[in-house]
This record gives sequence, C-alpha cells and structure tokens, in this order.
Amino acid sequence: MSRTVGRLYTFLIFLFLYAPILVLIVFSFNDTETASRTVFSGFSLKWYEKLFEDRLILEALRNTLIIAVAAAAASTVLGTMAAIGINSLKRLPKRVMMNITNFPMVNPEIVTGVSMMLLFVFAVGVFGGRSLGMGSIIAAHITFCLPYVILQVLPKLRQMDPALYEAAQDLGCPPVKAFFKVVLPEIMPGIVTGMIMAFTLSIDDFVISYFTSGTTQTLPIYIYSMTRKRVSPEINALSTVMFAAVMVLLIIVNVRSSNSGERAGKGGGQG
Amino acid sequence: MKTNSKLLSAPYTVWMTIFIVLPMVLVAYFAFTDKQGSFTLENILSVGQYSNVFLRSIWLGAVATAICLVLGYPLAYIIAKLPAKRQSVMVMLVMLPMWMNFLLRTYAWMTLLEDNGLINAALNAVGMPKVHMINTAGAVVLGMVYNYIPYMVLPLYSVLTKIDQSVIEAAQDLGASDSKVFLKVVVPMSMPGVISGVTMVFVPAVSTFIISKMLGGGGNLLIGDLIDMQFLGSAYNPNLGSAISLVLMVIILICMGIMNQFDDGEDSGKGGIML
Repeated sequence: MSRTVGRLYTFLIFLFLYAPILVLIVFSFNDTETASRTVFSGFSLKWYEKLFEDRLILEALRNTLIIAVAAAAASTVLGTMAAIGINSLKRLPKRVMMNITNFPMVNPEIVTGVSMMLLFVFAVGVFGGRSLGMGSIIAAHITFCLPYVILQVLPKLRQMDPALYEAAQDLGCPPVKAFFKVVLPEIMPGIVTGMIMAFTLSIDDFVISYFTSGTTQTLPIYIYSMTRKRVSPEINALSTVMFAAVMVLLIIVNVRSSNSGERAGKGGGQG
Repeated sequence: MKTNSKLLSAPYTVWMTIFIVLPMVLVAYFAFTDKQGSFTLENILSVGQYSNVFLRSIWLGAVATAICLVLGYPLAYIIAKLPAKRQSVMVMLVMLPMWMNFLLRTYAWMTLLEDNGLINAALNAVGMPKVHMINTAGAVVLGMVYNYIPYMVLPLYSVLTKIDQSVIEAAQDLGASDSKVFLKVVVPMSMPGVISGVTMVFVPAVSTFIISKMLGGGGNLLIGDLIDMQFLGSAYNPNLGSAISLVLMVIILICMGIMNQFDDGEDSGKGGIML
C-alpha cells in the first residue's frame, strides 16, 4: 500500500519536472504559421531550419563556446595551482582563503554580477580601453568557476599520501618532474571533474554574463532577448537541440567514467 | 616544498582580490556616495522606500522554499529507500532538468500558464472556465519551486542515505512506532540536509529577477528586478542599486547566520543523544 503511494508520489513529482520540457519539445515540431502553442497542427521541421539560418544565434553560440573553453581552461589551471597552495597553508590563513573561495558561492549571483560590472566600468574610467565585452565576460566566468575547481581538487590533495611526493624526490626526481609524475596523476580525477563543472557552469550562466557582457551576445542572453520580444517556436527548437546535446554529453561522460573506473582499477589515471 | 607550494596560490590570491574583494569594495563605495562621489547616507536611507518590494521578495522566497521542502522531503526519502542501482537513476532524473538553461525552463511555464496557454486550453476542452495564472504572484512562486526544487532534494537525499540503518532499528527495538521513529530519529538526523537545502533554495529565490519578469509581469517586482533597473534598466542609478545590493547581501548573511546557528545547535544536540 505505502509502496504504491510512494510510486504515485514519485510519478507526480517527475510529471511536474518533465511535463513542461516535453510540451516544449513537442511544440518545436509544430507546423503552424502563427506562433500558436495550443493547437498541434502537424509535424514539421521548419522551426529547426529557421534556427540554423539565424546568424545571430550561431554567433551567440560561437561566443558561448569560446567563453566556456577559455574560462574552463584558465580556471582549471589557476584553481589547481591555488588548491595546492591552499593545501600547504597553516590553519588560519587556510581558513581565510577558504572563506574568500566560498564567498562567491553563497553571495547572490545578481550581486556578484553587479559588483563586477562596477569593477569593469571603473577600470575603463581609470585605464581607458573597451569596457564590456568578451574580455570582461571571460574574466567574470573564470572568477565564478574558480571556487568549483578548487573544491573539487582540494579533497583529492587531502586524500593523497604526502610521503609519495617526498619518496619520488628521495629517489632523485627533481621537484617539477615529481609533481607532474606523482602528484598530478593522483589529483587528476578532481581536476577533470572541476573542469567539466566550470565548462557547463559557464555555458549555462545568464545572470553574471547579463551584467558583464555589454552588447556581446551569448546563447543565454540571446534566449532571454527572444523571450522578451516575442514567443516563437524557434525557442522551442533551440531548447530541444540543447536538451538533446546535454543528453548525449551526459551519456558520453557516464560511459567514459565507467570505462576509466575500470581502467583506473588496473593502475593509474591518464594525464 | 612548502614555500614553493604556497607561492602557487599567489596568482589566485591576486585574482580574487581584483575580481571579488575589489568589486565588493566598489559596491560599498557606491552605496555610500552620491553621483559626485561625496559621502552620503541618502542611498541607504532611500532603500526604505522599497520595503514592500523587500517584504514581497522574502515572502515569496520563503513560500517557495517551504513548498520545495514539503514536496522534496518525501521524494528524497523515497529515493533513499530504493535499491542502490535505482537510486542513482532517480538522482540523475532529478538533476537532468537542471541541465537545461533555466530561462528555457521558465519559458516553458510561460507557454503553459498563459491566458491562451495549454492549461487554459485543456480547461476549456472539458468545459471549465479560464483561469488567469500568468503575471500573478502564484506563477512566480511556481517558477521558483520548479527551478530550485532539485537543490532541495539533492542535499536531503545525500543526508538521508547516510543515516545508519542500525540507529533506526535500535529505535524500533526500543518500541518506537514507525511515525515516532520518523519524527524522533530520521527528521532530527536529516536536519543538516534540510538546512543546506533551505539555504540553496532561499538564496537564489530571494534574489531572482528573471522568474519574476517572465512569469510575474510588471506587478510582482522583486529585489532582483529593482537592482536590475538601477544598473541596466530605465531607472539608471548605480548608487541606489549598490545600496539595495548591499542590503540584500546583509539580509542573506543574517538568514544564513541564523540557519547555521540552528545547525550547530542540532549537531551538538545530536552528539548528546548519540553518546
């Protein structure tokens, strides 16, 4: 009895979570002239054709990908270095650093966005140059991705036996080589997870980009301006494409991680 | 090795000083100065005019958080009781909608709730009168619940799976009924999850500005909308905007401080019981 109730409850919650997305996807195939979203008048791919002819969308997509790659790469390198540094600090400075690291994660996004907008406008006032654009978005994205990378790498460093690094040096390995041959492979899973998180967070971000982008368009910003202007099945088509891309990405990551899990059991992660 | 390692965090320290500390200093500076740059308390004082907006944001955020907790707790509990393999599938299913941009998720509800939207069309088809749903406070709360409920379910789930089964069995052996076990053992032990879930829902809900814009129309202004208007909207005034941001931050910090207090109290209490 209680099991049936539980199943029914789970079903209802998942219906609530997925019904809107399903409706969105179904109506992306709607064959209508007007933007009617209540009558399904036949299957058509025309909104997808329109989507892929839209130069602004493609440009926004290109910007989004450039920003995500740059932000993920920079925050992974900076964050990994920072995690190693923080890990070797004494208790009090460590706590200070962790508080600064956690701050952007608890601070409301809108405040972070607004404060960085003030910074970039202020910097232009002092140093001149172009104010808001790709550069400022990338800097802002690196900033909000850094804590996620650090929080992924730190636990791996803590789990690692510090004697390993010392042993490598005792055996005549120079410190830099010991780092790349011993420490890096140990913390690699954390680095990879952190980088994937940074990449997806950057692609998905709207609020902070909105305040730091100026006139540069990213995909979320473009979606936002679409929903402000008119409601068009083109957005539905875009949602469907993005949802499908996410599904494929998730499946790849899952397959990969279960494979590498097996490989890791046989010895060593890959660099 | 130690000194070398410490140096590695230097670029990060510089970065965070420029992009986190300095911007916050600028927000404080703008909040306490006027357009000419001289010190004033006027901005902070005029935030008081918007107390109705603040109260509405906190109220709607609190309602949405409460609904998330009431809906999310049973789900987390049900998932935590499943066999391990099905658990991970269910957790994936809870997380999957989060992978879709929240603008699109909110847009989906726009098309459902409209006066000519799908829900009204369905009501019409079965001969019921139209219900006006879009551009109401209820629609804003719905949007918040829809977008943020995974943030409630996931921490609750991770705490609930960690509860030691033998503690529950011990309570049962000592004669506690099922409902008593739940209220006296499971709920207190899941408190850390409740607290992190509540903060993870409440903070973004209170400070949102997109959900209210898309689902609330013009009549349900929230703090986020107010800030947006001062920086990128019609009422351009970064000084006032900074003051509002500062007040928002203080409110959130106070809320989190209260929640943490609660958390610590629960923890030590639990330790006492366990000993």
